[in-house]
Amino acid sequence: MLNHLRDEGRRVLLCTVSSDSHTWNLVFLQLLLEEHGHDVTNLGSCTPDDLVVARCLSDRPDLLVISTVNGHGHADGKRLITKLRREPALRTLPVVIGGKLGIAGAADVDRAGELVEAGFDAVFAEGADLSGFNRFVSTARERRSLEGAAP
Amino acid sequence: MTGFATFVRAAHAAGHLVVQPRMGFSDPALMRAGLVATRRAHATTVGTVTLDSYTRVGDYAAVLAAAAEGTPLNGYPIVTTDDATTRHVLSDSARHGFPVQVRHGSPLPGDIVDALVALGLDATEGGPVSYCLPYSRVPLRESVTAWSRSVEAFAAAPGEPHLESFGGCMLGQLCPPSLLIALTILEGLFFRRRGIASLSLSFTQQTSAEQDAEALHALRRIAADLLHDVDHHIVVYAYMGVHPRTEAGSLALLADAARLAVRGGAARLIVKTPAEAHRIPTIAENVSSLEHAAAVARTVGPEEPAVEDSGVEAEARTLIAAVLDLHEDVGEALVRAFSAGVLDVPYCLHADNAGRSRAHVDGSGRLRWSAVGSMPIARSDQDLRPVTSGALLGYLHRVEQRYDHPVLTDGTPAAVLS
Repeated sequence: MLNHLRDEGRRVLLCTVSSDSHTWNLVFLQLLLEEHGHDVTNLGSCTPDDLVVARCLSDRPDLLVISTVNGHGHADGKRLITKLRREPALRTLPVVIGGKLGIAGAADVDRAGELVEAGFDAVFAEGADLSGFNRFVSTARERRSLEGAAP
Repeated sequence: MTGFATFVRAAHAAGHLVVQPRMGFSDPALMRAGLVATRRAHATTVGTVTLDSYTRVGDYAAVLAAAAEGTPLNGYPIVTTDDATTRHVLSDSARHGFPVQVRHGSPLPGDIVDALVALGLDATEGGPVSYCLPYSRVPLRESVTAWSRSVEAFAAAPGEPHLESFGGCMLGQLCPPSLLIALTILEGLFFRRRGIASLSLSFTQQTSAEQDAEALHALRRIAADLLHDVDHHIVVYAYMGVHPRTEAGSLALLADAARLAVRGGAARLIVKTPAEAHRIPTIAENVSSLEHAAAVARTVGPEEPAVEDSGVEAEARTLIAAVLDLHEDVGEALVRAFSAGVLDVPYCLHADNAGRSRAHVDGSGRLRWSAVGSMPIARSDQDLRPVTSGALLGYLHRVEQRYDHPVLTDGTPAAVLS
């Protein structure tokens, strides 16, 4: 069943947001991604925005996966993606965020659109289907530059 | 609010388990009310002031900004609040001689310890490893240096300053007991070396009642050998992992923690509330959990039932000896031990943890090593196997499912499922 996803391993940078000290989500995702043949660099808890930007620039991953469960994902994620997209070299990097992104439960789902608008390629809110995530990781390609992105 | 150590010692001698909440509110009036309600609970209690996470990381600007906006924090900001306000928060406790412990989670505790000593508080907790590796990005060596200074300052405070090691709770779950015991004992030795004469050693309830009982027995024996010259007691933490979704399941889990604590010779229990899985619990919910745990504890005889010996004690002693061999100073020995992988916390992502150990839950519910990295632990071939993402999820939810399952299948009314 997993075979069709194994055809191409990607180099994945995995992190969370600066205020989030949870790590079991990161441990789980690393195992999951490795089982699908991807090469994962896990930056651990409370990843500062500047560290994530710097590692994206130095490591040049195929994909950045941000996982957060402390309920600050909307605010922290929006700030982080804005900083990432400000870097000319990172405008087309596929970036996905997922987890428990807000503290309002179902009402947070509507806010996924805001995150996409801010520059994320995909948003997987709490309860999302893992196979959709796996498919995204295996197939995501460089996005087109953001329309109207700065100079 | 003085005499934390004396209070716990007297309660233990009288056969009463001390129960304690994890309470912390940024609103001073609420924090004060929480301490009053804890004191008045129908249980032998000590009070808790848990600090907020901005104070934990030293981001005082964020504390002040939240205060200006009127945004509540997830704990009491003891460093930035003026002394008169905090003294009022603590005044009822002070008047009644009610002990209060400050809980924080900081790898760099200098400001926090200075603040609580200035306020005349005599109990706090943490440790150079247990507050660094699980939640922070601070290098272990920096944490050891900062904790050395703070422990010395705290030890010089008036009265009988009491310091608890959080080392028996690393990552909250999926850490085999021998390593938890080794870490809390090593942090206890670190505290003693820096002048602390009264300390507590922690251990968290995990996936197997039998294994937890064996571990507490081992912890008591090792503490009696290595820390016999300081006042010490054992504190048990009610399960810290993914909690049952049902109230009945959650209360049954807490009841088992109370039984474990009494039978295992612990003097103190840190409770959890059913609400904690979803949000910060109210004062009333905290009191209800304290009273539930105390009621269960009163029904349990103090005598320890016979425990199995599956090798937890021997493994813990081997780890401790291997670390102490690395350097005469426990702090330096701990830094070297993690650097060499002699200590290696499973699933801990901190850059100073080797990250080559793994653990799993076996068919009987016991935690076992799947990989030991460079730790001086005997390997059993049947255990050594890779942990998959699916298996990890199963381990993380094992307790939740075990405690919820009987409730969901025996026709319990839906009202308790809210």
